[in-house]
Amino acid sequence: MADGRLQNQGFGILNLGILYSLLFILFSLGCQRSKAGITVAGSTSVEPFAELLAEEYMSHHPKSHIYVQGGGSTAGIEAVITRAAKIGMSSRPLLGQEKNLYSVTIAKDAIAIILHPKNPIQDLSLDQIREVFSGKIKSWKELKGISRPIVLVTREEGSGTREAFQKFVMGKEDISLESLVQDSNGAVRQVVASNPSAIGYISLGLVNNQVKALKISGVEPNLTDIENGKYTLVRPFLFVFNGEPVGETKSFLEFVLSPLAQKLLLKEGLVPILPKIAKE
Amino acid sequence: MQVKEKIIEKIFLLIALSSIFILGLITFFIFEEGLPLILKIGPKAFLLGERWIPSKGLFGIFPMIVSSFWVTFGALLLGIPLGLACTIFLSELIPPSIGILLRPAIQLLAAIPSVIYGFWGLIVLVPLIQNYLGGPGLSIFAGSLVLGFMILPTIITISEDSLKALPPSYKAGALALGATHWQTIWRVLIPAAKSGIVTSIILGMGRAIGETMAMIMILGNAVKMPSSFLDSARTLTTNIGIEMGYASGDHRQALFATGIVLFFIIMALNILAIFLSRRRVD
Repeated sequence: MADGRLQNQGFGILNLGILYSLLFILFSLGCQRSKAGITVAGSTSVEPFAELLAEEYMSHHPKSHIYVQGGGSTAGIEAVITRAAKIGMSSRPLLGQEKNLYSVTIAKDAIAIILHPKNPIQDLSLDQIREVFSGKIKSWKELKGISRPIVLVTREEGSGTREAFQKFVMGKEDISLESLVQDSNGAVRQVVASNPSAIGYISLGLVNNQVKALKISGVEPNLTDIENGKYTLVRPFLFVFNGEPVGETKSFLEFVLSPLAQKLLLKEGLVPILPKIAKE
Repeated sequence: MQVKEKIIEKIFLLIALSSIFILGLITFFIFEEGLPLILKIGPKAFLLGERWIPSKGLFGIFPMIVSSFWVTFGALLLGIPLGLACTIFLSELIPPSIGILLRPAIQLLAAIPSVIYGFWGLIVLVPLIQNYLGGPGLSIFAGSLVLGFMILPTIITISEDSLKALPPSYKAGALALGATHWQTIWRVLIPAAKSGIVTSIILGMGRAIGETMAMIMILGNAVKMPSSFLDSARTLTTNIGIEMGYASGDHRQALFATGIVLFFIIMALNILAIFLSRRRVD
């Protein structure tokens, strides 16, 4: 009886040993993979596009691995400074000390003001949008719409999209504290898509048929009007590096700036930085 | 043999101490990062300030403290009666055949990741509230409902344990004196297990205050003083969760400082729970 128990214990330790060695093997496999790859981290606005570019790049270079993570512009820039990531994605211009980093604009993005598709309103002026988001206009009725209170949806403090919206639309006014706050473009879109009296703002590339993009003083957010400067809510998407990129990182950057990749971004709703492609 | 045992003993002691060491490390860093900001803007402006606008250097978390307690209170309003009813049913009234199914089901409730609760709330509860009760739907009410279910396993398992730990003589004595089964439960067993039940509620409260992911999805995260259960709100945890990604400088420190406040609230609740459950043993 006692012998049996001892034997059982022996098995327990043996099992534990096997478990640990398996874990160890898994970890070392993981390490090997990430050693060969490039980590791209940062803005959740840039993330879906970077993922697309990474997939395309990897299909041309089967031996490369590019890992794309979100986290936010600031987190991405910080990751580049601490060398936790090779490339940082930012949807806001670099500030203060960050300007010492090497940065490249990979595309431009427009910000669309979005409504529920059932909302009859099609067109507002920048002043009207500012008054809506600062909480001065509280009901759609005041804008000749349905008689329901306006539900504001905004991004969290520090978000690149919010910063751009603040700069382009709000100016010195504050976004109302009554606004719902969501922490990604997708979440803002989800809330607006499920609430007929909501208004929000997201990256134009992420507008889909669940929501509709508002015209601003008659100007629709489309490529032509962004290119010719009529639609003014446009910001740069940056790739940030700690020093000039070399090797694999450099080759990925070259790919991103190539006509092929820029065409891909155009198809996804971004404004390419090569004017030639935009005109085609 | 003796030496070998001593060595193994020491190794286990070291492993046990490492968990305390890690706790200490976390505490140290939360305070190191957060305290400078509290001292810079003053504890009063931080704790009682009503405006949170980091871009303007305003870091008042009073609305979030209030919201945290509103949401938790709402969750307890749902969780306590449901949890207690469930406990009584599980420990006293249940036919064994159902118990086999029910107990694992309740334990499974605890194993569901909170993001799933949040998703369910967002897709099912929020539109219902928006259509039938008005407001933005993303609200304290929706958050409280979801949290009420999330704290059920904590309340049920701990209070059932405390009912089970009662000496059998209590129940036998009450029944022998002619009390009905229900009178025995309500007048003898529940009062006798009271401290355990209160402990379970306090631990449930701790769980509710600490919940983050589901609340980010359901509460709407507006930074204002809530004025009704249908208002959107932001709790202490969601404030950290939603803004950490983009915060830097003072803003980042203010989020750590929010963590300090949370730390004290959770500590107080846990100390209270330990104190109450000790009394039960005596």
